[in-house]
Amino acid sequence: MYKRLDEAGTAVTITVDGRQIAARAGDTVAAALIAAGIAHCRTTPVSGAPRAPYCLMGVCFECLVTVDGIGSRQGCLVPVREGMAVETQVGKREAGR
Amino acid sequence: MAADDYDVAVVGGGLVGVATAWGLAREGCRVVVLDEGDRAMRASRGNFALVWVQSKGLGLPEYAGWTIRSSNAWAGFAQTLKEETGLDVAFQRPGGFHLALSEKELEARANVLRRLHNQPGIVDYKTEILDRAQVAKMLPDIGSEVVGGSFCPLDGHVNSLRLFRTLHAAIKTRSVTYLPSHRVENITKEGGEFRLATEQGEIRAGKVALAAGNANMRLAPMVGLEAPMKPERGQIVVTERLRPFLNHPVVTLRQTDEGTVMIGDSKEESVDPAGLTIGVSATEAERAVRQFPLLANVNVVRTWSAIRVMTQDGFPIYDESETHPGAFTVCCHSGVTLAANHALTVAPMIARGALDKSLVAPFSARRFHVQAAG
Repeated sequence: MYKRLDEAGTAVTITVDGRQIAARAGDTVAAALIAAGIAHCRTTPVSGAPRAPYCLMGVCFECLVTVDGIGSRQGCLVPVREGMAVETQVGKREAGR
Repeated sequence: MAADDYDVAVVGGGLVGVATAWGLAREGCRVVVLDEGDRAMRASRGNFALVWVQSKGLGLPEYAGWTIRSSNAWAGFAQTLKEETGLDVAFQRPGGFHLALSEKELEARANVLRRLHNQPGIVDYKTEILDRAQVAKMLPDIGSEVVGGSFCPLDGHVNSLRLFRTLHAAIKTRSVTYLPSHRVENITKEGGEFRLATEQGEIRAGKVALAAGNANMRLAPMVGLEAPMKPERGQIVVTERLRPFLNHPVVTLRQTDEGTVMIGDSKEESVDPAGLTIGVSATEAERAVRQFPLLANVNVVRTWSAIRVMTQDGFPIYDESETHPGAFTVCCHSGVTLAANHALTVAPMIARGALDKSLVAPFSARRFHVQAAG
């Protein structure tokens, strides 16, 4: 659904639920997910409904993901890094993750 | 409004008031609840939601028995509310803990329990001191600093915001008249009935039950009673929703049925409900992380402060007026824990028009005048 305006930039590879995704240096996790066509990044703790990045500026908390083992990170505020492991967060966060 | 429209006017629409009103309606009374508005200082919206037994009764052993009575009645109370309203208040009684972060804290805790149990007439409520290994069997996620704790199998908790909502739904179902924005300014007794002056006119009733929390201090003298209060502020920190990891409430920390973790047991003398002391929240959070290190990275989503309803000695006050027969006080700190008693035991006494001295005599405010009475 989304296309990059500019394909320039250093290639960075992250994993999303173990699958390798091509990103660019300077992407946020949320932008990388969107560019990779990933439709949702978590399900809600209350109803289990799927959620995707929305405001992209740290306000709406819809893009919560687990990043390198830490849950409930705001994907739109975390820059990608080579080898970063992103996981879809299903429902309530697990304490200690 | 005709003079005989209400058998009982309950002053106060918080947990104590609505629990009492519901119990009165179940006895067939025509009840009106006179409440303040949405901006009222309301402990029912800010409390920690424990249905708690351990530690209760040091200095007044009958309070332990009174608390256990309510704790034992709670499951049936919750079930009846569910049948009447369809709402589940999520009452659980898995047993609860005090945790100690040093040998000194554990010894202090053991001393409190010894003093409590050594009182004449105390009911044994089976609280025991457990060492670290015993605690870890029931709370596997405790931190390395936890040296032990005390455990009482009677302790439990509830979703108290839902309890508040459920009781309001229940009084509505039972045709109790609920009048918000009716702060009671004055109470007189004329011609055998009580006249309650409110900001929106006069309400008349055959009896009056004062269940207005800290405001009972102002109201009780109007009907020949007294309620010496000592309000204090408490603060609570709330985390995001987490998968269940804590099967037992701890006195300062519990995981709600919805997954959030509530942290807090602070006491401050300030009665400014709008204020919040960040240092207090930080201390609460720091102790919580030492007790359960897996909380270290968890996000806090809310903090709040609320004013505790607190009598001067911390024990409940139940009284009936000698100068104004038909006027009662129902006043306590633990509006959640004692809700079952207020609904099922105290309300029927008020409906009958006399407190059962065998149950509540120790809780008369006359205890504040031991010298004068002697």
